Amino acid sequence: MGAGHGGVLGAAYVVGSSPVHRLEPHLKLVAVLGFALVVVATPVAAPWAWGAYAAYLALVLGVAALAGVGHRRLARGLVVEVPFVAFALLLPVVSQGPRVDVAGLSLSVSGLTAAGGLLAKATLSVLAATVLAATTEPRALLRGLERLRLPSPLVQILMFMFRYADVVGGELRRMRVARESRGFRGRHLGALKVLGPAAGSLFIRSYERGERVHLAMLSRGYGGRMPAGPAVAAPAQAWLAALALPLAAAAVLASGLLLG
Amino acid sequence: MTAPPSLLVEDLAFAYPDGHQALFGVDLRIERGERVALLGPNGAGKTTLVLHLNGILRGGRGQVTVAGLPVGRDHLQEIRRRVGIVFQDPDDQLFMPTVGEDVAFGPRNLGLPEEEVAARVAEALDQVGMAGVADRPPHHLSFGQRRRVAVATVLSMHPEILVLDEPSSNLDPAGRRELAEVLESLPVTVLMVTHDLPYALQLCPRSVVLDGGVVVADGPTRRLLADADLLARHRLELPYGFAPDRV
Ligand SMILES: Nc1ncnc2c1ncn2[C@@H]1O[C@H](COP(=O)(O)OP(=O)(O)OP(=O)(O)O)[C@@H](O)[C@H]1O
Ligand SMILES: [Mg+2]
Repeated sequence: MGAGHGGVLGAAYVVGSSPVHRLEPHLKLVAVLGFALVVVATPVAAPWAWGAYAAYLALVLGVAALAGVGHRRLARGLVVEVPFVAFALLLPVVSQGPRVDVAGLSLSVSGLTAAGGLLAKATLSVLAATVLAATTEPRALLRGLERLRLPSPLVQILMFMFRYADVVGGELRRMRVARESRGFRGRHLGALKVLGPAAGSLFIRSYERGERVHLAMLSRGYGGRMPAGPAVAAPAQAWLAALALPLAAAAVLASGLLLG
Repeated sequence: MTAPPSLLVEDLAFAYPDGHQALFGVDLRIERGERVALLGPNGAGKTTLVLHLNGILRGGRGQVTVAGLPVGRDHLQEIRRRVGIVFQDPDDQLFMPTVGEDVAFGPRNLGLPEEEVAARVAEALDQVGMAGVADRPPHHLSFGQRRRVAVATVLSMHPEILVLDEPSSNLDPAGRRELAEVLESLPVTVLMVTHDLPYALQLCPRSVVLDGGVVVADGPTRRLLADADLLARHRLELPYGFAPDRV
């Protein structure tokens, strides 16, 4: 019933068995977070900043190659960045301070630097997250978040989102088919009169489903906490392998700060 | 000393908070190992009765007792272990990311050790003929498979009584037969809510008819289904061409 093999949200995952795939999900989460922190901590204004960004890029692309995540997959991951790009394009125009003329436009120098830095940082972080999503099944990611002690209600919400994305998506699709089967075409403003109530009814249906799921959970002894499954401690080598990416990035940053 | 009945419902009455009275004094006794069908028209109060069996709904008049233990605030956890309810829509019942985790949900809530949980998951999936799907997400299974997995999610708690709300609805004929084979093979007490009268005849030697919030008939399924007046009075209808005395 869902879109493709893993459903709506599973679409990001690329089946494989690379060393990156096999790493424990919570280690990968820590690694991506660490990498993003190092990237963000790199000062844009420093003369060596762009050299550091290039080194980070080489690192992520290396990991992507190791994981067998292709360029096309990476490019698709970058789509989430579009709002940042729009914002970054505005910065040089609206920022204050000394200006340069580029193709007849007067642009702010500090705005240009800030926009460049923003884009570079966003791109690097999104690339790392894309590799994570492509090598980790959504439910493994959830288990990882749980092991990192993310508050249990948050993990449960994410878990239900993942489980029911397909079900709610299917409901949405059936409602649309039912509308269009009776000649409805959502092309003009008047359509809002129909689509508004439709959204409302989808909400009610989802809410009622939530109540029924809750009943089913209570019936099996649910008392407010998700019972935890088995957890095996990750060996030191696994930690080392996972942290290789953020540690290498941190080394680049440190050498920039010390020598640059 | 004989074992107490799996289920004993005495003079159960209940009104929903909006004032709508759904049950008016229901009495029902089900012995250990019996398979009983609960029949009745839409709105008769069947689901309301089912939700009383494990204490989801409470607070009306009367008493429900499961294998000697009265349903009440004090030992809800044990009651919910003893009464395994399989809800009508498997998408409501299967909420965990994988089948295996879902079947493990109940046993883990009981605080069982992990080896025991794993053994119960394997056993329950095997009982419903679904061994080997533990790692699949529920939404990748067919509807019939999901229904059978939903049965496994309560079997893993080793219930005293299995309660099914319309188990044959939305199943194709093969799925319907496969589920019947599973239910027949299970060594537990079964209470099955259904509108599918041939299914009741096939699986349950005894039937209870609920209408207007009271039990209006209780007896051998074959005899009840042969009573045309009774069926007509309670909006029950056999499928076209079906004759219970010729099965
Ligand atoms: N949450 C509720 N609040 C108020 N009234 C309710 C509620 N749920 C059910 N009822 C009413 O209680 C009566 C019994 O409902 P119940 O769902 O138990 O019937 P049922 O026998 O399961 O019917 P069906 O065969 O349609 O599933 C109905 O008249 C129904 O409208
Ligand atoms: Mg019902």
